[in-house]
Formats: sequence, structure tokens, C-alpha cells
Amino acid sequence: MLDSLMHIFKSEKSGKVAKRRLQMVLIQDRASVSPEVMERIRDEIIQVISKYMVIDKTDMEISLENVDDSVALVANIPVQNVKHHR
Amino acid sequence: MSEVIVITSGKGGVGKSTTTANLGVGLAMRGKKVVLIDTDTGLRNLDLLLGLENRIMYDLVDVIEGRVEIKKALVRHKKYENLQLLPTSQVKDKSAVNPADLMALCDELRKEYDYVLIDCPAGIEQGFQTAIAGADTAIVVTMPEVSAVRDADKIIGELGRSEKDNIKLIINRIRPAMVDSGEMMDMDDINDILAIKCIGQVPDDIKVVTSANRGEPVVGDSDSQAGRAYANIVGRIMGEDIPFMKFEKQGFFDKLKKAFGM
Ligand SMILES: Nc1ncnc2c1ncn2[C@@H]1O[C@H](COP(=O)(O)OP(=O)(O)OP(=O)(O)O)[C@@H](O)[C@H]1O
Ligand SMILES: [Mg+2]
Repeated sequence: MLDSLMHIFKSEKSGKVAKRRLQMVLIQDRASVSPEVMERIRDEIIQVISKYMVIDKTDMEISLENVDDSVALVANIPVQNVKHHR
Repeated sequence: MSEVIVITSGKGGVGKSTTTANLGVGLAMRGKKVVLIDTDTGLRNLDLLLGLENRIMYDLVDVIEGRVEIKKALVRHKKYENLQLLPTSQVKDKSAVNPADLMALCDELRKEYDYVLIDCPAGIEQGFQTAIAGADTAIVVTMPEVSAVRDADKIIGELGRSEKDNIKLIINRIRPAMVDSGEMMDMDDINDILAIKCIGQVPDDIKVVTSANRGEPVVGDSDSQAGRAYANIVGRIMGEDIPFMKFEKQGFFDKLKKAFGM
């Protein structure tokens, strides 16, 4: 918000705007992973976590999300039960 | 030592064929033995840009399907005998040639020529995969516009996935006056974004169009800025260390002076 106000005041030249927008969108583009790879990551996460917890595989979600100007792998994994430590 | 270079871009219409024609003629002018391969099957154009459209007997698909020897399908340039074109078919589609075919062809041509330049079709589909298969070096052509730069980045990623790590960049259709007023990205901006070694910046120049009209690539015209820019790229490909040129801007007064012959 503050950012966009600043830009109006400075009336940034379009060449700079282009550069900034490209740098942002390319972070997303470069991070985008094919659905097959995403599926594999998901399956492997399930394997690891299932060693320690009982999780709800059907309700679990993982995705790549943009947070400010970086990309995060965000996982939401409902836990149904925790196994005893051995 | 010969080099196989693919000229590619992702986005269509940014100047791949123009670049291929100019680098081909430019290298031939410097005495190199050069063969150009048009891989834009179904949308043949390199023949027109080189003024060779009336001399075509056979094409790439005829060679791949074994109907003729490579030698018979090559079209010799009218002015530069050491420049040959292997045109593609205007009736077949991209599925007529596969990556293994092109790789074998490049390896054959490598024995005889100093440079094999491959004009790649737009896109990242089969035609692209075929065009890059036999290449040692990829030249990515882009323009200082958001969509062309984004597509160039995508292509650079695809080249990396195909283990083509020797990648160079040409920025085409720069408008110096717009760069000066801050309304167009310049070479440094694009370098920051793509992080690929830039070997040329070519201005937007009406002589590119008028020379294409005649089938005589602009690199032969040292009076034109684009022609000099292409000649410089040719030198850099041959390993020379050539500084980037400053573009002369044609302001109102320059145009007026020229009009009055001052
Ligand atoms: N530096 C330049 N100045 C002015 N016009 C240019 C310049 N470079 C290319 N053009 C023009 O842009 C158009 C597209 O060029 P070209 O056919 O070389 O692009 P391409 O990338 O091969 O296209 P395609 O993706 O369709 O194969 C042509 O009309 C050409 O004359
Ligand atoms: Mg083309």
C-alpha cells in the first residue's frame, strides 16, 4: 500500500516498472513445479511424517506461494493422532 | 573447430530469422564456411530473407527422409559462395523432423563447415526440442519488452533442462530514445533480470525491413546502425573482444540536418 502510494508520487518511469515487475514474476515462474513433481513431494512428505504422526492424507494441502518477494512451500497437514515416542 | 549454434527465443516475431540471416551472411563475409538450417517447418522464411526463394529444389524433410543427399538440398548464396542454406518444407509440419534426425544432420555438417546456424521456430514444443538437439551454443533473442523477456527466461530454463549450458543473449529492436527517457529497459536492466552473457544489442532500424524486402541482410550495409551491430556480434562469435556501440540518436535536428544535406 505504502509502496503503491510512493510510486504514484514519484511517477516511476515505465522502464523501471517493467524491470521490477519482471523480477517479481520470474521468481514465480522459476519456482513453478510441474504437477507430477508436486505429487511426488507430497507423497514423500506423507511418508516421513507418518513415521511420527497419524495424518489426514485426504485433507492435506501443499503449494508454492508468494510471500512478499520470495517463494514459500506451504503445507497444511491435519494431524489426527500422535504416536508414542519409542 | 566448428560450432553449431541455435537461434531461439520462445516468443514469436522477435527477430530469430533476421538474426540467423545476418549472422550467416556476416560470418560468410569474414570468410567462414557457413550453413544455415531453417527448422521452422511449415513456415519457411529464411530463404526469403536471403533472397534464395527461387533456387530451392529440395528441403530439410527430403534430406531427413532420405530422398536426397544433403549436398543436393543445400542452396548456395548468390554473392557468398561459402554460405549455404538448407531450407525447410513449406508443406510438412514440425513432426516431420525429430531431435535425433537433426543431431545426426548437424554432426554430418560439422565436418565441412565452420559454423552451422539453426533458425528455431517460436514456442517450446516439439519444434524447439528438435532445433536445439544438435547445438553446442544457444543464442536467445529477446526484445526490451516484458513479454519477450519473460519468454526468454522460460527458454533459458528449458535449455538448462536439456543440458544446453552455453547460452548467449541478443537484445533486438532497442529504441535508444526510449531508453534515454527511461521508458524502455536497457541492456543492464535485462542483464540483471536474465543473468546471461549478452553478445549484442541491435537497434530498431527501418533498414532491417528495407533490406529484408530486397533479400539482402542488413549486415552488408555498414551505413546502418543495425548492420554495424550485427557485424559486431559476428566478431564476438569469432572470439573478438568488441565493445558495445553507442547508438546515435536521430533527434529532430539531426533529421532536419540530414534532410538538407548538412
Ligand atoms: N532490429 C530490427 N529493426 C526493425 N525491424 C526488425 C528488427 N528485427 C526484426 N525486425 C522485424 O520484425 C519482424 C519479425 O522478425 P523475424 O521474422 O526475424 O522474427 P522471428 O523471431 O524469426 O519470427 P517467428 O517467431 O515468426 O519465426 C520482421 O518483420 C522483421 O523485419
Ligand atoms: Mg522466424
